[in-house]
Amino acid sequence: MKEFLSAVGAIVWKDLKAEFRTKEMISSMLIFAFLVIVIFSFAFDPTAQSVKKILPGVIWVAFIFAGTLGLNRSFLSEQINEAIQGLMLAPVDRAAIYFGKVLGNMIYTSLVEAVALPVFIILFDFSFSGSWLSLILVVVASTFGFVAVGTFLAALASNTRTSEVLLPIILFPVIVPVIIGAVEMTKAIFAGSSLGEVATWLRVVLVYDVVFLVIPFLLFDFLLEA
Amino acid sequence: MDLSLEEGRFLTIFGPNGAGKTTLLKILSLLMPASSGKLVLAGQEVKDDTTALRQKIGVISHHSYLYGNLTARENLRFYGWLYRVSNLEERVEEVIREVGLELFFNDPVRVFSRGMQQRLSIARAILHNPSILFLDEPYTGLDQQAIEILNSVLAGLKNQHRTVVMITHNFEVGLSVSDEIMILNKGEVAFRGRREEVGSLKDFQELYREKVGGRR
Amino acid sequence: MRRRKQAIGLITLVVTVLAVYLVFMYAPVPSNVRDLPEVQKILYFHVSAAWIGFLAFFVVFVASILYLKSRDRKWDVLAASSAEIGVVFTTIVLLTGPIWGKAAWNAWWTWDPRLTTTLVLWFIYLAYIVIRNSAEEDEKRARLAAIFGIIGFVDVPIVFMAIRWWRTIHPVVFEAGQVGLTPKMLTTLFVSLIAFTFLYLYYLLLRLDIAKAKLELAGIKEKLRAKF
Repeated sequence: MKEFLSAVGAIVWKDLKAEFRTKEMISSMLIFAFLVIVIFSFAFDPTAQSVKKILPGVIWVAFIFAGTLGLNRSFLSEQINEAIQGLMLAPVDRAAIYFGKVLGNMIYTSLVEAVALPVFIILFDFSFSGSWLSLILVVVASTFGFVAVGTFLAALASNTRTSEVLLPIILFPVIVPVIIGAVEMTKAIFAGSSLGEVATWLRVVLVYDVVFLVIPFLLFDFLLEA
Repeated sequence: MDLSLEEGRFLTIFGPNGAGKTTLLKILSLLMPASSGKLVLAGQEVKDDTTALRQKIGVISHHSYLYGNLTARENLRFYGWLYRVSNLEERVEEVIREVGLELFFNDPVRVFSRGMQQRLSIARAILHNPSILFLDEPYTGLDQQAIEILNSVLAGLKNQHRTVVMITHNFEVGLSVSDEIMILNKGEVAFRGRREEVGSLKDFQELYREKVGGRR
Repeated sequence: MRRRKQAIGLITLVVTVLAVYLVFMYAPVPSNVRDLPEVQKILYFHVSAAWIGFLAFFVVFVASILYLKSRDRKWDVLAASSAEIGVVFTTIVLLTGPIWGKAAWNAWWTWDPRLTTTLVLWFIYLAYIVIRNSAEEDEKRARLAAIFGIIGFVDVPIVFMAIRWWRTIHPVVFEAGQVGLTPKMLTTLFVSLIAFTFLYLYYLLLRLDIAKAKLELAGIKEKLRAKF
């Protein structure tokens, strides 16, 4: 167990170190998330009262699109010098590679969300009445489900010819439950509901998180065969 | 196919494309399970869980397995963690000197030449002191100078009594470094013998043509 | 093998003809359907196609697990064949749903939970087929597809739950009210389900034959290439 965790740690360290040297990916994700919002505000009148109703949905579209951008990159660095083979040769449980990648992607996506969310609220002059803590919890739980299955499918897609194009096509249908849950919970909490009032959705999303952490964990060995 | 190799010997495998060299090496280096048969590495029979055995294996391929955005030191440190190398920092400095890259310790691998990357890749492979080394076409893409450096490093490995299995298309260097020679064709061992048995480079080319078939 | 296929083909023909007869001649139209009573008949095809969709994807799921366990090509071929047929039948569901909906509630699409789940299901198995088309080597294609075949199927119940709760928050304008089924209608539906199941089996056998022929052809080509 200790060995497993230290392998996970090594992979997270390696990915963060490489990313924060150039910040290529995280800045692209952030710019992309903003662009989505700006495009949306041209598509709908941003001053209209109705915008407040669709804001949670728009926010999640931006997060998911930007997140997918990041997921697509996460196995690219492993492919450049066939580094993934180097990882597979190492005496570590291969599931550690999966967990390491999930953690890394979770950190990038959360960072982007942490910067983007307040800006979105300001841009749309949204008077937020709910609890920040509940909002954070909801965003983290939903993001985790998205990242857990997204990391796995990104690894799957990176094994094919059309990897970058393939990922959204195979990922979006699978994350439908998380998207519904995330939008509904965010909407409710924006409107001032407590966590208890969104318990049903929270349960759906948490079940999803667990299922799509365990199943990829079981299947990751098959994915990484040479 | 039946194949065995004594400890401390250097075996080079030749063969045409599609002979099964890479597949053989993937099975030997535990990247891929064999569809049938028995494999014994370092005196241990290979079972389902190969995690512990992988500690004893190092692989140098024509792919470097390195991360371009990390420095030489960071790359080695990362692999050292995965292999749980003790006294890691000292060992990292030791191997980087062994391959002569101590001047470029803190440069990102991205800016390294092909030859330097390959040398760092050797350092990566011997970092955890493996008793068996597998070399998969290590000469691909190297210039003459880089080949010489690689050869001297390989000669050094031989002196350290490591068992080495290499596959290559380069007859000249292949013959100059190895103790034993094998020719693989269509998944079968077409020839197997000691280095002394095959004679000069020219004799070997003759032998290779005879075993693999004359089409050129 | 040939015999068995012919037998199943024959049974399929007989049951299908019987089902069509029952649908149009035997089953009554419920009294609460006033406009275009014939449209209500689409129920039998719609529901049966949906059943085959689920059955086909369940077969993909089981065959995927068996492939990963045994690495036997036949499971991969079975999964691929079943997925293709499943997508065809879910397409039928998605086409007949709006036709029925337009006639019954004057709206093509109502985001009814079952229909919406079928739509997501359809996308998941389209993705499955896209994966098959974009992997290069045979072994890899089989492996990646099997992995997705498992992930996709595990997702289906969660999708259904989520969509159902989502609909309770946003009530449907046109409620897809329960059409009370009389015993005669139930019998007809039952026979239709059997007919579609045989149709599925028959298509599956045909599709497996095509896959086998393709494999043989690939083998011959491989041999031919080796000569050059």
